[in-house]
Amino acid sequence: MLEADIQLRLGKFSLDAAFTVAPGEVLALLGPNGSGKSTTLQALTGLLPLAAGRIVLDGTVLDDPAQRTRVAPEQRPIALMFQSYLLFPHLSALENVAFGLRARGTGKKTARQKAADALARVGLEDQAPKKPGAMSGGQQQRVAMARALVTDPKLLLLDEPLAALDVSTKSDVRRLLRATLRQSSAANILVTHDLLDAVALGDRMIVIQDGQIVQTGTPAAVTARPRSKYVADLTGVNLLRGTGRGTAVDLDGGGELICAGPVTGPTFAVIAPAEVSVHRQEPDGAAGNLWRGPVGDIELMGDRVRVRVEGTPAITAEVAPSAVDELKLDEGGELWASVNPAAVTVYPP
Amino acid sequence: MTKVEQQKQPFNPLLAVLAALAALFFVFPLIGMITGAPWGNVLSVITSKSSLDALQLSLIASLSSTALALLFGFPLAWLLARGQFRGKVLLRGLVTLPMVLPPVVGGIALLLAYGRRGIIGEPMDKAFGISLPFTLAGVIVAESFVAMPFFVITAESGLRSMNRRLEDAARSLGARRLTVFRRVTLPLIWPSLAAGLVLTWARALGEFGATITFAGNLPGKTQTMPLAIYISQSSGKTDEAIALSLILVLVSLVVMIFRRQSSGAGAG
Amino acid sequence: MRENVPPSGRNGSGGVVSRSSRLRGPRRHIRILAATGAAVLGVALAACSSSSSSPAASGASSAGSASAGGSASAAGTIHGTVVVFAATSLTEAFNKIGAQFEAAHPGVTVKFNYNGSSSLATSINQGAPADVFASAAPKNMETVTSAGNASGTPQDFATNTGEIMVEKGNPKNIKTVSDLANPAIKVVVCAPAVPCGAVATAIFKNAGVTVKPVSEEQNVGGVVTKVTLGEADAGIVYVTDVKANEGKATGVAIPADQNDTTEYPIAELKAAPNPSAAAAFISYVLGTQGQQVLASFGFQPPK
Repeated sequence: MLEADIQLRLGKFSLDAAFTVAPGEVLALLGPNGSGKSTTLQALTGLLPLAAGRIVLDGTVLDDPAQRTRVAPEQRPIALMFQSYLLFPHLSALENVAFGLRARGTGKKTARQKAADALARVGLEDQAPKKPGAMSGGQQQRVAMARALVTDPKLLLLDEPLAALDVSTKSDVRRLLRATLRQSSAANILVTHDLLDAVALGDRMIVIQDGQIVQTGTPAAVTARPRSKYVADLTGVNLLRGTGRGTAVDLDGGGELICAGPVTGPTFAVIAPAEVSVHRQEPDGAAGNLWRGPVGDIELMGDRVRVRVEGTPAITAEVAPSAVDELKLDEGGELWASVNPAAVTVYPP
Repeated sequence: MTKVEQQKQPFNPLLAVLAALAALFFVFPLIGMITGAPWGNVLSVITSKSSLDALQLSLIASLSSTALALLFGFPLAWLLARGQFRGKVLLRGLVTLPMVLPPVVGGIALLLAYGRRGIIGEPMDKAFGISLPFTLAGVIVAESFVAMPFFVITAESGLRSMNRRLEDAARSLGARRLTVFRRVTLPLIWPSLAAGLVLTWARALGEFGATITFAGNLPGKTQTMPLAIYISQSSGKTDEAIALSLILVLVSLVVMIFRRQSSGAGAG
Repeated sequence: MRENVPPSGRNGSGGVVSRSSRLRGPRRHIRILAATGAAVLGVALAACSSSSSSPAASGASSAGSASAGGSASAAGTIHGTVVVFAATSLTEAFNKIGAQFEAAHPGVTVKFNYNGSSSLATSINQGAPADVFASAAPKNMETVTSAGNASGTPQDFATNTGEIMVEKGNPKNIKTVSDLANPAIKVVVCAPAVPCGAVATAIFKNAGVTVKPVSEEQNVGGVVTKVTLGEADAGIVYVTDVKANEGKATGVAIPADQNDTTEYPIAELKAAPNPSAAAAFISYVLGTQGQQVLASFGFQPPK
């Protein structure tokens, strides 16, 4: 069980994040560049000292500035998996995996035996004598996995472990990771910027931005109700903020939206792009929300097209590719956007 | 890392000619030495007392200088590669100064610092009666002065080019600092260190100007091989000079070949 | 640690870590080789343009360029450059003689190369382009004449005597040659092949002492430097050196029965690029004016 209350400063950046992770649980840590994800990991590993707060792992205090207690990184029962694997290039896969055991005092023979077993568990028993340079990315990541897990850590930190892999290798390794994490009794924190990883591997999710936690919950709950532009962008929905007065929401950036339910006070308003219709001429009989704006960016997303309408508010609509021709979207100009009030989901911030 | 396939270069005549000229430029002196050597009495010259003295002196002094370079140069390289302090650029410049100074100038500088009337040498002489010029220690000092910078530069470069995050990874796996150094850092920088040591030793072995200026020239005591060769040559004993030179050339060739083999292409 | 954030949620995957590629540029090789080639050509051109004086050339007036050599016109005036290789002990005296000679012969430049006589002899025998050789001992001149590199007979033009040079003020209180045998005294001499070294050996033999020097220098200047810098306590030099370094060092005279002298021969060299000027310079040295200068610096007349 990890109980972390991390408060520290790094230059102009301050981090203030508190969370817990139960044994066997996978906590996904999501956030944009510079949000504090890696800083959080570094605080947990001990490479960065806390300014305030506490880190307790399975009852042992790892860092407590108030009590002046700090356990050195090499003495913490924590293992890491890195985006760039960080396998020792001059050691064989076997020696890489055995490294943590030998460093902690296990004899060479025993360590090598355990390492061979660990490699077998990730399906790489025949790669044992090879050096990392002779392996593919996916194999290297599996060696890194074996290396991290063989030391039986109480906390496993995975720092964007799949980011460097190509799409097909990624799904293979993701599957292996899920199976492995299920079996381990360690607390796990997975840092990722890929929502798919968080959803596939995480039991719970934390969204961190500018050193603060902005959203927590299960991946399903977080993605259903984004509370930050970052998550909204990840999930691909329009996220707006405003103040509710009954069935209308006065938007912070100007404009207003009619929604279904009664809402008062500060509120989020979310609209799926597929719910936004766009027209060249003002449509008659459009219920609820109707406004216009110049055509903005147009992006191809799989078999759908996303069009930005820079009105008040600015909104992203999703249309069929044929609509690009029909509406002559690439010619610019103005578009009317309409949204059914029933499609506007509101919830408190 | 996967290996990058190197494409064959198309044949370029200009390149070939220039390359051939350059190669010949270095080959001819070697040929000249071999053809001009007094093969008849090479053996007797090489095994004469003064030659053996000079050779022994050279080996002892150059190996000692190399050891000193490792002992003092490595911490210095570490500081330059990893330390963060003001004046680092200046320090690096000072440490590498002997590399660009003409060796004789180095010798004079050494006299002014460590000679009997030098700023350090004078108090040392007065307090402990220790004086470096005219001694084997003086030879070692002179050789270290010119050769250590080579080691520092090479070692620093090796330290800089290694991925320090591997050390973080090792620590995260539970390795104490010494273990990290022994099992991760050292193996990764070892090729640079080895190359640096070889370079240093070769430089120390061939050192002349600073040695003769600072340590003087006395057969059996401070007359190293380069000095002995110079003396022979300038007193008209060309045969002796060439014979002694052959030894140094042979030693250098062996060292260069060995270095190439052990560190592989692209090192240093 | 820096993460790559992908563009908004499109395909869900992050960027690929860029791997550093180390391809060696062929262009770099070409540039290096071109520079080497240019250097080689440059050196070759320089060697060709400088005056070549092969020892085998006879009759110097036909050889080479006007810049290095020279000739006598019918009226007997000389011009051009005269290159004189002279023993280190002659430095101050010959510099003055050179200046006077140039004043007397406008259009003539005298260039000196001072070093130990044995080094100079070796250089000459290896083909160094010199006009005149002034040695500090007959032995080194013989090295040149027996190799056939002198023209005519060498003539003695000066004599020099040994003297002990000590630190200014003689702090170690050295009074005799025997004092030098004291192991606590650091003595520097010239190498045996150099004239001043031979003088030192003779002095020690005459005095019946064994002296272990701490260094053998290549020319007397090296001995002077070691003593004036304070590295050595004493050195065997010439009386002319002590005189030239008044104020920087002190001399201790050697009794005549222990002392040794050396003769200085001078000769024109066979491959002299400027034989007429060479001859004129030698005459000057042997003549009244030259002898006066030598005497003023402490040299004794030739025996």
